[in-house]
Amino acid sequence: MHFVNVGMEARPSNAATPRELTQNPLKKIWMPLPCKNGLPDERICQRMVCMTNCPTLIVTVGLPARGKTYISKKLTRYLNWIGVPTKEFNVGQYRRECLKIYKSFEFFRPDNEEGLKIRQQCASTALNDVRQYLADGGQVAVFDATNTTRERRETITAFAEQNGFKVFFVESVCEDPEVIAENIVQVKLASPDYTNCNTEDAMEDFKKRIKCYENSYETLDEVLDRHLSYIKIMDVGRRYLVNQVQDHIQSRIVYYLMNIHITPRSIYLCRHGESDLNVKGCIGGDSGLSPRGKEFAKYLQQFIQSQEISDLKVWTSQMKRTIQTAEAVSVPYEQWKALNEIDAGVCEEMMYEEIQQHYPLEFAMRDQDKYRYRYPKGESYEDLVQRLEPVIMELERQEHVLVICHQAVMRCLLAYFLDKTAEELPYLKCPLHTVLKLTPVAYGCKVESIYLNVDAVNTHRERPENVEVSRMAEEALLTVPAHQ
Amino acid sequence: MTLSVWALPSADMTTEQEKNELTQTPLLKIWVPWLGMGGCKLSRRRGSSVPQLTNSPTLIVMVGLPARGKTYISKKLSRYLNWIGVPTKVFNLGQYRREAVQSYKNFEFFRPDNEEAMQIRRACATNALEDVVIYFSKEHGQVAVFDATNTTRERRISIVSFSKEKGYKVFFVESICDDPNIIAQNITEVKVSSPDYVNCDKDEAQADFLKRIECYKQTYVPLDDEKDRHLSYIKIFNVGSRYLVNRVQDHIQSRIVYYLMNIHVTPRSIFLSRHGESELNLLGRIGGDSGLSPRGHKYATALGGFIKGQHIKDLKVWTSHMKRTIQTAEHLGIPYEQWKALNEIDAGVCEELTYEDIQENHPEEFALRDQDKYRYRYPKGESYEDLVHRLEPVIMELERQENVLVVCHQAVMRCLLAYLLDKTADELPYLKCPLHTVLKLTPVAYGCRVEHICLNIEAVNTHRERPGNVDITRNPEEALKTIPDHF
Repeated sequence: MHFVNVGMEARPSNAATPRELTQNPLKKIWMPLPCKNGLPDERICQRMVCMTNCPTLIVTVGLPARGKTYISKKLTRYLNWIGVPTKEFNVGQYRRECLKIYKSFEFFRPDNEEGLKIRQQCASTALNDVRQYLADGGQVAVFDATNTTRERRETITAFAEQNGFKVFFVESVCEDPEVIAENIVQVKLASPDYTNCNTEDAMEDFKKRIKCYENSYETLDEVLDRHLSYIKIMDVGRRYLVNQVQDHIQSRIVYYLMNIHITPRSIYLCRHGESDLNVKGCIGGDSGLSPRGKEFAKYLQQFIQSQEISDLKVWTSQMKRTIQTAEAVSVPYEQWKALNEIDAGVCEEMMYEEIQQHYPLEFAMRDQDKYRYRYPKGESYEDLVQRLEPVIMELERQEHVLVICHQAVMRCLLAYFLDKTAEELPYLKCPLHTVLKLTPVAYGCKVESIYLNVDAVNTHRERPENVEVSRMAEEALLTVPAHQ
Repeated sequence: MTLSVWALPSADMTTEQEKNELTQTPLLKIWVPWLGMGGCKLSRRRGSSVPQLTNSPTLIVMVGLPARGKTYISKKLSRYLNWIGVPTKVFNLGQYRREAVQSYKNFEFFRPDNEEAMQIRRACATNALEDVVIYFSKEHGQVAVFDATNTTRERRISIVSFSKEKGYKVFFVESICDDPNIIAQNITEVKVSSPDYVNCDKDEAQADFLKRIECYKQTYVPLDDEKDRHLSYIKIFNVGSRYLVNRVQDHIQSRIVYYLMNIHVTPRSIFLSRHGESELNLLGRIGGDSGLSPRGHKYATALGGFIKGQHIKDLKVWTSHMKRTIQTAEHLGIPYEQWKALNEIDAGVCEELTYEDIQENHPEEFALRDQDKYRYRYPKGESYEDLVHRLEPVIMELERQENVLVVCHQAVMRCLLAYLLDKTADELPYLKCPLHTVLKLTPVAYGCRVEHICLNIEAVNTHRERPGNVDITRNPEEALKTIPDHF
């Protein structure tokens, strides 16, 4: 994923003098003047991914319990993480709000006139909300419903055309009864629809619900639908049919969908052991482990052994402290440059007190917008996310992985797995000597935090109250954690 | 070949203490365990920034009638994989056949009932596969592309068992096309000029080739949804309007699929240029984030004029995040997009130094760089190898796009050029990318046509050739011999 800032709107071709450039103080982006009120043109700062100008409507297709909501939520999480404002619109949710109480599968019978009317209304309401969202700065909307008839899909395509949205269909086709049963167990039984049902009754009812859709199901057809853009996912990813990918974002979506899997596994995230620079309260650098850090590494090895994971992959950055940690774990590991800690540029190896002293303006700007702030000659969290995207893609492909990394990096990875916003991301708590075990379950991720009982400094600095450039040094340093 | 450091089993002689000792390799700046007397046991390495993500070699097998783009895809894919650091080689069966049957008479050679020819063709396939084995076992190859029609199930089955026996993964790439216009176009672009038709006129060649295709059609069995459901493959329909992907096994196959799904054959041109001459260029300093010199501004204006004169439809303009490329783009009067990935190579502690400064303050680093300019990483900086990985998304998007002008930097331009012109890692860091020159690259046949357009505005030369002596022991004069002039 590349970080794109659109330079300017088209100017008359005989414009001889180029505009002067100024460097935006937060993101360190060079932009042309004139700016409104001396502030950078907002439009320029906004777009992250190489986007077409049209918003995109992703439309799921498939019988119930085929993973449409799973895919919708995961895809939405990924797109938001890489900086593409995305939202899902689950028609089932709209139906629950409209209907209040779900009685039985009879609601979904194709001859249930009243039911059909309500469902159609819900779909319309949802589409209206889609229109609103995409007009208000949203870039991608995921319309999560069965959309199993050609007629329904034609309605949606027409709606999109009217509004200038591109459409991309994601169909999930699966006939494996075991997979379907497992899906029902994992996410349907716990649905609000079945709060007052026992497991067997719920399962029975849901199977009958699926039957209601089966007769009218028209799968995307190679010939009839050859002008549509879509991906057909068959048997949970064994096979894909991809048709008429129109642009960059659709290409990225296809790549992502083709890399995810649902094989159970766990991802372990931790930081390197406490480092010498950590102890001094300095950021960045490439120091080795402190004695306590080495202690942690030993405990990490024991912990990993106790987990009895077959075929665990271990990844580190290319910085000394993560590699030293991995060495003690005594398993083969791979080094990724992309996992290196955020580059603090001119602030590398400084303590917060020194940053306040030498760069008080920078220090304040960082507190104002920690996600987008770029260190002079360094990086921002936003840059980090872009850098980490291939790591995330490979994490999706893999099964059991232990990632030994750094504070800012771990925050970015965690934000991806736990669907945290850009505002929350830079303040996620990732203390030293603590392993986070993430296990995908239902539509999300279970997190277990395992503290390995070796003391370490705290490196987490909360956002202080006063983030104004005019603040006093004490106010800036109020939240700096203790160090030697 | 990747940097995969294998930890020693606990029964080894190294103590707990030593396990924590690391040393940083001087060239790549990679931390590795200090193995005392034994030195550093590094296993095979690939890109030093990205881990090795395949273990077994992979055999890519092309499938399809003649003139379906198999060789085009093979060459392009091989170029891409080599550029990202995966050693790849194409084994084109037609080539083997031409060596075996010195002169080609006509399509009759390919008739399915031509027993003698069948024997020769089978022998060629066997030879090619033997060469694949050598490539994997003795030449550190990672991916081999077997470029042949492979249109019968029987042939494909024999390749699959051969691979199984050897422990290679197999991935099929089938190209299906029934659009007669595309096929005719292919024949004109690459077949008519083939060594097979050197003594034929265009129409004769075209006619013969069409008959050749007919010979294959009779026995062609495409990959089947049912019968071949256990194979790993991608089927490409009509030059990419549709794809069928089955059983992707691993990372490299996933990358291959992604790449194949992003390339197209629509005619277009890619323009590469550096920013105009910068203030730091004038002073002979590397890196930094300075603005354009007066001559640099002049170039930017001239570039604007040149671009206008090209009358390019829908040109996209990309710059880096650095002032000098943006200032250059500003002169063009068209919208541009900034990519951080296009930033110049990070020279770390050497940023904004002159070569003379580097020799004085970091003579050992300077020598190491001359020893292996591609893999050498500046302290706290990057290597060309790192740059290539950084630029991969740019290349992917370049493949998707049509007409693009990329305004970038010397090292970056060398990397992009190496990709487009299939240059090796050894050639890459020495490719000539002078200031104030635009390169216009137009894909043609199996490669790229390059036009150098010098816009006739003077600029300093920033190209430093590899000096004669690259030893750490050399004296300063030897090191500084090839430095270009500056103020």
